[in-house]
Amino acid sequence: MRSSVIVFPGSNCDRDIAVALKKMQFKNQMVWHKETVLPKSDLIVLPGGFSYGDYLRSGAIAGKSLIIEEVIKAAKAGCFILGICNGFQILTETGLLKGTLLRNKNLRFINKDVQIKVINNKTNFSNKYKKDQILKINIAHNEGNYFTDPSHLEELRKENLIIFKYCDVKGNIDESSNPNGSLENIAGILNSNKNILGMMPHPERMTDEMISNNDGINLFSSLLN
Amino acid sequence: MKITDHIVEKHGLSLNEYKEIKRLLDREPNLLELGIFSAMWNEHCSYKSSKVHLKKLPTKGKQVIQGPGENAGVIDIGDDDAIVFKIESHNHPSFIEPYQGAATGVGGILRDVFTMGARPIALLNSIHFGSPKHFKTKSLLNGVVSGIGGYGNCIGVPTVGGETKFNKTYNENILVNAMAVGHVKKNKIFYSKAKGINKSVIYVGSKTGRDGIHGASMASAEFDENSDEKKPTVQVGDPFTEKLLMEACLELMQDNSIISIQDMGAAGLTSSSVEMASKGGLGIELDLDKIPCREENMTPYEMMLSESQERMLIILEDGKHQKSKEIFDKWDLDFIKIGKTTSTNNLTLKFNKKIVGEIPIDALSNQAPMYNREWKSRKVSKFNFNFKDFKKIKLEDALIKILTSPNHSNKDWITNQYDQSVMCDTVQKSGSDAAILRIHNKDKAIAVSVDSSANYCKSHPFSGGKQIVCENWRNLISVGAKPLAITNCLNFGNPENKEIMGEFADCLEGIKLSCEFLKYPVVSGNVSFYNGTNKKNIYPTPVIGGVGLIRKLSKPLNHIFQKEQSNLILIGKTFGHIEQSCFLKEIYSLDEGLPPEINLLNEKNNGECVLKLIEKKLVLSAHDVSDGGLLIALAEMAMSSNYGAKIKKPKNLTNLFKYFFGEDQARYILEIEKKHCSKVEKILKDNNIYYENIGFTQKEYFEIESELKISIKDLFKINNQWYNNY
Repeated sequence: MRSSVIVFPGSNCDRDIAVALKKMQFKNQMVWHKETVLPKSDLIVLPGGFSYGDYLRSGAIAGKSLIIEEVIKAAKAGCFILGICNGFQILTETGLLKGTLLRNKNLRFINKDVQIKVINNKTNFSNKYKKDQILKINIAHNEGNYFTDPSHLEELRKENLIIFKYCDVKGNIDESSNPNGSLENIAGILNSNKNILGMMPHPERMTDEMISNNDGINLFSSLLN
Repeated sequence: MKITDHIVEKHGLSLNEYKEIKRLLDREPNLLELGIFSAMWNEHCSYKSSKVHLKKLPTKGKQVIQGPGENAGVIDIGDDDAIVFKIESHNHPSFIEPYQGAATGVGGILRDVFTMGARPIALLNSIHFGSPKHFKTKSLLNGVVSGIGGYGNCIGVPTVGGETKFNKTYNENILVNAMAVGHVKKNKIFYSKAKGINKSVIYVGSKTGRDGIHGASMASAEFDENSDEKKPTVQVGDPFTEKLLMEACLELMQDNSIISIQDMGAAGLTSSSVEMASKGGLGIELDLDKIPCREENMTPYEMMLSESQERMLIILEDGKHQKSKEIFDKWDLDFIKIGKTTSTNNLTLKFNKKIVGEIPIDALSNQAPMYNREWKSRKVSKFNFNFKDFKKIKLEDALIKILTSPNHSNKDWITNQYDQSVMCDTVQKSGSDAAILRIHNKDKAIAVSVDSSANYCKSHPFSGGKQIVCENWRNLISVGAKPLAITNCLNFGNPENKEIMGEFADCLEGIKLSCEFLKYPVVSGNVSFYNGTNKKNIYPTPVIGGVGLIRKLSKPLNHIFQKEQSNLILIGKTFGHIEQSCFLKEIYSLDEGLPPEINLLNEKNNGECVLKLIEKKLVLSAHDVSDGGLLIALAEMAMSSNYGAKIKKPKNLTNLFKYFFGEDQARYILEIEKKHCSKVEKILKDNNIYYENIGFTQKEYFEIESELKISIKDLFKINNQWYNNY
């Protein structure tokens, strides 16, 4: 499978995701934000970081960058798109995913390992996980508090587009297991075509037992499936 | 403009120093030149009060590639890998403007590391605040923590360790020390020494603004009630630009275009150009019309003294301009030729086609004043202490009181605001004795730790200096790393005061002794004097940042109990030294007496033997015993674990509290699996190491035989209490 990681000025998880993709046998290319042509890709990743310094609003300037036109085109043609952290913020800025990411409820940057539950395992991003499987995964963000309007929330629920929710070690999804205040503990969502995933946690940080665990691996192997 | 005495003093120069300037120039300087002298001759840049003492520190060793004097120190970690690291203070700016002060402290130290060609792989910090009850502390704490996080998180370098301490001595002068660690290939290290005449001097990075003018001079004076007025001397950081600058520099460093490179830190363009020329024995000519300015009508004076952040000066090989510029164009950064190296040995400044300033480089660097200031050692009065005179307290109550004190409370609320995992090589995060970072794509790792013990240094500077090097050494050993070298940040009061200078000299003597004995050289560092307000000086606070090597990384070792029913062995002798202990401080508010004795021979033997046991994979978990003594160390091992412990009461006990809270040095607690015990004890005996079997791990409870029993869950809760209520 061919993948492209878009590198914006200020991206800082680009190397991390590239390492993970390579480990998972993706044929990966790094694509600079000033490019106007995308290499042929089955998966495009918008990595974490602080694209354009997150000035104006996180993801806002990246959402208007040169390469993003091509990403939007590819997305509409059905290419898989994965936005992690800042990548998720960029996806909401481009409109490829609805809703927005507000500042964390405690108004602080949060970095820690949290638990998320696989709510929908019948997607191209999660078919290797078990339904309701609990993953331990790292979050690192200032603005991860997902918010959307009631009609879209209804759509997310009905169409089964919520893929991950924050939970505790036992799988309870409630306010105390919600690290950032996001609506219904949402950690990751899909578009209605289910080819675009935006998530705040970092699966690429969970692909190596020496530094963490392997809970992120199945996200990539699902795509290869 | 006529230079009056008033103007001279405003520039932080003494009238004697001004006389010397006139002698060196053989004329009166103009205002621009005076500004440049003040920037180069202040304490911060010239080390004029500290140099005589710093010279005594051991800086060599076969692991040392570059000692002090460069942007950062460099050590060899085998194969073709080297580690570049340094610690630096940003105390004064952080007190005036905590967010920007701390952020630019991080930015500055990162530049020191990537200037040398290294990719930064870790950030650490040592931050000291006043009493939590002081009205400024909360906002300073919040500002500093978010400033450190704001910069490191954005640039994408993990902040993996550090220490946060509170003491009323810092009420009016907090300490913010930041350390950066980078990895570089041995044959790709870049230095700041200029070479060759008529080479292009290139300015890269952010544009120059009016921020930070006289920042270095500000940091070379005490505060007073008007310190708020110094806000404009604080720089404003932009981690986004620094990220671009870092990537662009590292990209340019792939080939051999750069002759030398220096970051524009304290005293900006002035110190960077003078340092490069001075090291190369050359002159340098700058055309100030070419400087990219952020604001209109900036004068030469402002350009030369601005401390705008995220800028670098490069001396470029001939014929490399175009290709190099393309890299900086790609990253949307300025890349402008602003001058050339010359054979004149002068700093020559042109503006509007006229020479506006010309100073011999030597006058600014080698001939800067150096003072052997008067100093005297502090007299220490013997402190007679008898437990009988004090109100009785239960062991359990003492433990709880210490674990709920600000200094010993769980600090996750701080470290959770730092991205510790970015770059995916953080094997062990903060909270252990030392953080562990894997070298990218390799199976080896480094361990890093930052430590200080101001209370010991205050009561006996010599012993304190000795102790803090040892503690840092122990922290690296405790995670299974061989300690290689240190960087130090020496935070002291006003050096013009004899006693303060005495603290400095004695502390340094202590540091020197330990470093020499442990073969643990100093490869970089920074001195921060004038930490005080209205003549009230802070406690002497040398901060030590150590780096160690784990040759072959397997499962990382930390201080958390791993199994049930494993034996607990205490390495090192317990004498019960209770003076200057955290126990006396927290329970009886006493901070008199002497710090514990350091026996360097024991330190070395115990440490080396512990390392041997760890390398033989005989140790499940390890922890050094430091402030708080044995009981606190044991509680820390249990708190974040699934297991508690049952500890025997010692047999020949003089006093329970002295045994459990005494802060004798050279001690470690090791968790050893039952089946390995005889093997371990044999090795310990063979090496003449004093040890005691003190108990074993168990489920759920932390227990001292017939004295206390607490569930580990409660222990954890207790330890998290303070912040939740702050």
